[in-house]
Amino acid sequence: MKEPKRAKPRPWEEGGPDRLYLLADDRNPPEEPVSLDVVTLIVSRSEAGSGMEPERASIVGICGYPLSVAEISAYLRLPVSAVIVLLTDLLTSGHVEARASIPARTMPDVELLEAVMHGLQNL
Amino acid sequence: MDYRISEPVVGPRPEDALPDSVTTAVKVVVVGGFGVGKTTLVGSVSEIRPLTTEETMTQASAGVDDIAGIERKSETTVAMDFGRITLSDELVLYVFGTPGQQRFWFLWDGLFEGALGAVVLIDARRLEDSFDVMGRLEERGVPFIVAINAFPDAPSYPVADLRESLDIPDAVPVVDCDARERSSSRDGLLTLVRYLYALTTTTSEPR
Ligand SMILES: Nc1nc2c(ncn2[C@@H]2O[C@H](COP(=O)(O)OP(=O)(O)O)[C@@H](O)[C@H]2O)c(=O)[nH]1
Ligand SMILES: [Mg+2]
Repeated sequence: MKEPKRAKPRPWEEGGPDRLYLLADDRNPPEEPVSLDVVTLIVSRSEAGSGMEPERASIVGICGYPLSVAEISAYLRLPVSAVIVLLTDLLTSGHVEARASIPARTMPDVELLEAVMHGLQNL
Repeated sequence: MDYRISEPVVGPRPEDALPDSVTTAVKVVVVGGFGVGKTTLVGSVSEIRPLTTEETMTQASAGVDDIAGIERKSETTVAMDFGRITLSDELVLYVFGTPGQQRFWFLWDGLFEGALGAVVLIDARRLEDSFDVMGRLEERGVPFIVAINAFPDAPSYPVADLRESLDIPDAVPVVDCDARERSSSRDGLLTLVRYLYALTTTTSEPR
């Protein structure tokens, strides 16, 4: 009841042609398809391919469970900007999935803030 | 030791893995001058060992050798610490610490975009450091609260005096904080979120 309402994508195992839903965001110009935030959660959808570049393979390897872009940056010791470039390719090829983070520039909704408050109170 | 181009990447420890059920991630930013306690605060609230992400800042440096028009570039690496708090099966909060000095503002673009809000951490011995930060947050429309970090030799001003000398609006909460204490740091974050909640419910209510 007090859980956040937004960002409930299908379970990632389901797959399907709409898995690149972030790419289909028509508010963004095509040259800049995915807007990845430092807290966008990334989850692998497949194993790393054998011919894959080491950095990309590492991302696929460590994202068996959700990891934020910032965490990937920290584990790979690469700047966030570099990680975003790698992730953009991996999203396009379908090796990873991005879970929606809170859309930028919107006032957070009340339910979300309630959920954050309750979570912090229960620490 | 450091001769290999890429060392094997070590991911999170198994116990640091987020549950697969997490769908939503939010962030808050702790901002303040050097040595004000950002890293300490992030570390005390985080459920994982705090992590560091680095960005490289390239600056053209104007120097005496520039007669030939050769721009000298200097590269500085700026580290940002962050920690994580899993709030429910579906929701996770990331807490970023970022330096407040003007020369680091280039870091702010991706960071404050979409952030719930900020905690401005202040060392009462060096109040003047925080002027710029608060002005800049106001400009960007980032809601913030002020946390005064408790250093033993710091002068203890009455909150009213602090508000006045730092020109903090009445509505903005000002709290004392000991960044070394988890509960105190947690309370700082809670103050921010309660404030955001109040802002949201008073501005978005239908008339
Ligand atoms: N007494 C006291 N010392 C603190 C507190 N927070 C941080 N420190 C100390 O101040 C120093 C600088 O803190 P740090 O977190 O590294 O500051 P940063 O540069 O903002 O990340 C460290 O030695 C901390 O142990 C506090 O609340 N009280
Ligand atoms: Mg620090």
